[in-house]
Amino acid sequence: MAEAEDAPVVEAAPIDAFAASLAILPGVGSVFWQGAERVALVERAALASVMMVLRDDPRFAFQQCMDVCGVDWPQRGERFDVVYQLLSLTRNDRLRVITTTDETQPVPSVSGIWPGTAWWEREVWDLFGVQFDGLADHRRIMTDYGFEGHPLRKDFPLTGHVELRYDADEQRVVYDHVVLAQEFRHFDFLSPWEAMTTLPGDEKAIVAVAGERAGKP
Amino acid sequence: MSDIVNEAPGLVKADPHTINLGPQHPATHGVLRLVLEMDGETVERADPHIGLLHRGTEKLIEFKSYMQAVPYFDRLDYVSPMCCEHAFALATETLLGVTVPDRAQWIRVLFAEISRVLNHLLTVVHLALDIGAQSPSLWGYEEREKLLTFHEAASGARFHANYVRPGGVAKDLPVGLADDIWAWSETFPKFLDDLENLLNENRIFRQRLVDIGVISAQDAIGMGFSGPNLRASGVAWDLRRARPYDKYAEVDFEIPVGKHGDCFDRYLVRINEMRQSCKIIRQALKKMPEGPIKVQDNKFTPPKRAEMKRSMEAMIHHFKLYTEGYHVPAGATYTAVEAPKGEFGVYLIADGSNHPYRCKIRPTGFAHLQAMEMMAKGHMLADAIAILGSIDIVFGEVDR
Repeated sequence: MAEAEDAPVVEAAPIDAFAASLAILPGVGSVFWQGAERVALVERAALASVMMVLRDDPRFAFQQCMDVCGVDWPQRGERFDVVYQLLSLTRNDRLRVITTTDETQPVPSVSGIWPGTAWWEREVWDLFGVQFDGLADHRRIMTDYGFEGHPLRKDFPLTGHVELRYDADEQRVVYDHVVLAQEFRHFDFLSPWEAMTTLPGDEKAIVAVAGERAGKP
Repeated sequence: MSDIVNEAPGLVKADPHTINLGPQHPATHGVLRLVLEMDGETVERADPHIGLLHRGTEKLIEFKSYMQAVPYFDRLDYVSPMCCEHAFALATETLLGVTVPDRAQWIRVLFAEISRVLNHLLTVVHLALDIGAQSPSLWGYEEREKLLTFHEAASGARFHANYVRPGGVAKDLPVGLADDIWAWSETFPKFLDDLENLLNENRIFRQRLVDIGVISAQDAIGMGFSGPNLRASGVAWDLRRARPYDKYAEVDFEIPVGKHGDCFDRYLVRINEMRQSCKIIRQALKKMPEGPIKVQDNKFTPPKRAEMKRSMEAMIHHFKLYTEGYHVPAGATYTAVEAPKGEFGVYLIADGSNHPYRCKIRPTGFAHLQAMEMMAKGHMLADAIAILGSIDIVFGEVDR
């Protein structure tokens, strides 16, 4: 969020006017730059009305929504970001709109504003388990028929839970639990200076330091 | 059935029914299961079931270093692999804040356009094949073979190139390749003339494509169309012109635009784009300077093999790059390229570690396939196949 404060100083005047007119829309939390790309954080409840303005108001004129995707931040309260990549063909501009939600609270669907987002929202539902309010077709899209779970959540294992194999007795393909001959290896590449907070055999020192700190007024 | 026929003498009422097309059917261009609700031979509702080729690419990339992620992009749109790599390379470079040397940028432009010709050749001849014309596919494949030879000469692989990498390209063009490509570019317009002679005025070809699967500019925009499919509906939008990346700002080309948004316009736009690509290829060959082909910082790109034999530093760099990879500073970017099929985007979130936190791939065909019902409704079953062929779907990227 550090960029948010820096942005207005660096940017030229006409783009500032854009940011200002965007920021005063009800429901827009903040507008900032991520590199050379503009991002707007929008409250979930106001999403549909903000998006409608972004499409129809000639100052914004984002005729296309090119992509909707989810991002999982499990350590956060509302763990999911839903990210919309808007494109204006007439103004040759892009805007990234981000809203947050969790497993239970539905996000207003924008499929009524850009019909092309219906499948993207189905995909976000399938891969992240984010529900969309007002999405006519709420089926899964990417995973197999009868799939359980939402694979792009960070707590879903890379190997999955089930695997397919051909069963000679039943003469068909059946689901089975994943059996790994070797535990899945994921290497931690953080350097020792970043990653090792406790050295083996050095626990006492840390306890001592913590005690010292606690003792201070 | 019998009581339907008995309703009135001489009047046979059509029987509404559902048919299941695919997932294993050559005309579905991969593994598409298309559930069609038919009224007689007319399509009432088309429900594409996708995901049969879903391999979890985005999840896999979250567990790979940036360099290891590149080959996954070849396997997305396997008809134009280098354009997919290009998008990822640009996204990573944006986050790293590095600028690629001039020669590498020209090589990327060159191969992006070669990929475009490769892709459009396949699309156009397959469209013809789908509606019953066999000769174009034989001709087209011969021409594609020449281009795949260039692909192979540069990258070592005919399809899965792993050539355009963050920081530049994998290796320099071999000696003589530029001359070979130049020689090809002189013969290619003649080939296109022949192909057009064969197809454009062909009565069957026209009857099967003209006024089939019409989509208006407004609908195409709303459905998130991009690339040739959007331009066929009359919207002159091209990311190479609107938001030039690499050296596209320095090349001169035209943007072919259609009028009606039907299958025939989509075909014509692709043919004309190939002519423009040929023009860009020639400019790239002319303007390409000598020089390095990747960023000269061994923190991002591996050192030369010869150097590694002598320099301890180079050895360490090589080891670190191929085990740990490089760390990308925290940030996010949505970077899109004009792939042959349309806007191919990568939304990359880095958390400062050596692998992406999230890598969302914005495939092109996903949006186009979604409009299948809109375009096929009211047409015959055979027209649905023509529409599918004309919107250029590849399931490697739709399903990811």
